[in-house]
Amino acid sequence: MKVFRLSQTELDNMVQGWSQNRRVYRPAAGRQQSTHADCAPGWERVAASTPLTLPPGPSKTSVKTFLFPQPETMQTYTLKSSDPDKGLMKEPQKATEKQIIVGLRPCDARSVKLNNLPFQEDPFYQVNLARTVMVGFTCSAMCATCFCDQMGGSPMGTEGLDIAISQVDGSFIAEVLTPVGEELTAEIRLTPAEDSEINALAERRKNSPQADFAKLDVLKGRDLNTLYKAALWQTLGESCINCGACTFNCPTCYCFDVQDEVVRGQGRRIRYWDSCMFPLYSLHTTGHNPRGQKMQRTRNRFMHKLKYFPERYGLFSCVGCGRCVKDCPVNIDIREVMSDLLAVE
Amino acid sequence: MISYLPYPVRIDEIKVETEDGNLKTFKLVFENETQRKAWKHVPGQFAMLSLAGQGEIPIGIASSPTEEGHLLFTVNRAGKVTTALHQMHMGERMGVRGPLGNGFPIDTDMKGKNIVIIAGGFAVTTLRATLIYLMEHRQDYGKITFIYGARTPGMLLYQNELQEWAKRDDVDLHITVDREAPGWDGLVGFVPTIAGQVAPSPENSVALICGPPIMIKFTMPPLEKIGWTDDQVYLSLENRMKCGEGVCCHCNVGPTLVCKDGPVFTRTQVRKLPVEY
Repeated sequence: MKVFRLSQTELDNMVQGWSQNRRVYRPAAGRQQSTHADCAPGWERVAASTPLTLPPGPSKTSVKTFLFPQPETMQTYTLKSSDPDKGLMKEPQKATEKQIIVGLRPCDARSVKLNNLPFQEDPFYQVNLARTVMVGFTCSAMCATCFCDQMGGSPMGTEGLDIAISQVDGSFIAEVLTPVGEELTAEIRLTPAEDSEINALAERRKNSPQADFAKLDVLKGRDLNTLYKAALWQTLGESCINCGACTFNCPTCYCFDVQDEVVRGQGRRIRYWDSCMFPLYSLHTTGHNPRGQKMQRTRNRFMHKLKYFPERYGLFSCVGCGRCVKDCPVNIDIREVMSDLLAVE
Repeated sequence: MISYLPYPVRIDEIKVETEDGNLKTFKLVFENETQRKAWKHVPGQFAMLSLAGQGEIPIGIASSPTEEGHLLFTVNRAGKVTTALHQMHMGERMGVRGPLGNGFPIDTDMKGKNIVIIAGGFAVTTLRATLIYLMEHRQDYGKITFIYGARTPGMLLYQNELQEWAKRDDVDLHITVDREAPGWDGLVGFVPTIAGQVAPSPENSVALICGPPIMIKFTMPPLEKIGWTDDQVYLSLENRMKCGEGVCCHCNVGPTLVCKDGPVFTRTQVRKLPVEY
């Protein structure tokens, strides 16, 4: 593995160098909205003038927007009667150009791997995964809302990243982890890190909070129906307003809706993020709704992350980024839900 | 890799099935010969019917795999897509994506056994597919009992076929309507009552039950009374679906995805699930 040391200027030059002929994205600075039409809210295309500095903690919106963009066009068609292809569904040309995401945190990098479990056979996700390069920033400190260590990650984690950049005493140490990362770093002349710097980084990694899911793993062995019937859902469901903020900001919420959209006889079938917090999500045409109550929907989200997903794929569907904790308007905290669940007999 | 692209098909025939006009059977033929040949389904599976500009809906496949060259879907007019479908004409193009789901265990648990089919209302569609398949492979199965009920004689689906099947001596057919009707000289009574009267033996048998939840609820006690167990009973669940491939999560019942793990489950499996269907 190659390890380089960069100054702030060298880092900025490297990233701006990449952006000459590729799409490079970074978390938007401050509260500023993205300035490019192809960019997701909370992210912006790297421009020549902005030095790359990141506030602590994960970006406002997660990296899923690049792998699982909304809307994603699944098919296109025409409804014009004169066209012999009327009503014929066609697959659109898939984007293949590389996109480089700079500044995602280790939690988001892990979310990509977790989402890849249900999307293993999904053609759109796989194409996006193949064209995305992830240049992550490790965390020097954890925010009050962070709990990546409890979910099997770590603030200094590198899992899922192509290049991991760590800030050390005013300069940056870049660990190149994959062949794709090597290609990118080979384009510019970089200074290899000193052994002392590499050792210091290893030491810091050793002393940072380590992945520890022993406590939470107990949940996997608990009876599903006992957890499902636990009294805590009633209380939780009463405060939850089903706004869906947690699901949209969650890097590991991945459910989607499919809709048809027609403009002047040209149509497309698109998919976009949905939320199990909404009554329409499970509503039958007959009017019957298996999760018609607010409490049932709140329960479904947490049970999916902590019980249903692990039953199918063996891992919790949560990376501990804490966005849901930050953004919940009624202060629901998944960490409290987890400890309440662990206390269920 | 999953393909979300529907196969183009043409509507070859439309048959109004019921007196209220709300149920129509659509006979669909593939536009592409290679796709027609590649299509393989088992009774109990479903497919996504796709209407450009409207959307997709999951519908049980009403035709048996032994009826080659076309697919049948009997569709109740209920929502946006089904209403648009009911307004379509012969020769028009639509799409089919599938087959999806697991289907009935025709080659495993059902093989060599007596088969009891119990259907209520328009849930009979995939059971029609099953019965035709069983009759085509008659020597592979034991006694076949088919119990089917609708509200009125005019609400029975596949009426011509019911008459044909009644003439056969290798299928024990019991067709019932909820109450007396002019011109009806067949059975009268709800499906659970008739199932209790027919009292099919549970010995070396498998039951496939499809119908409204209330019918299933009341059909089980008379069967249990004569010794049927949950392992012998197969049910078909339905939930709102989008992808049909086990990705989008819409149809989840606890950790189970109806589209991929089902729609066919044994009653033992269903009992273990949270009641979210």
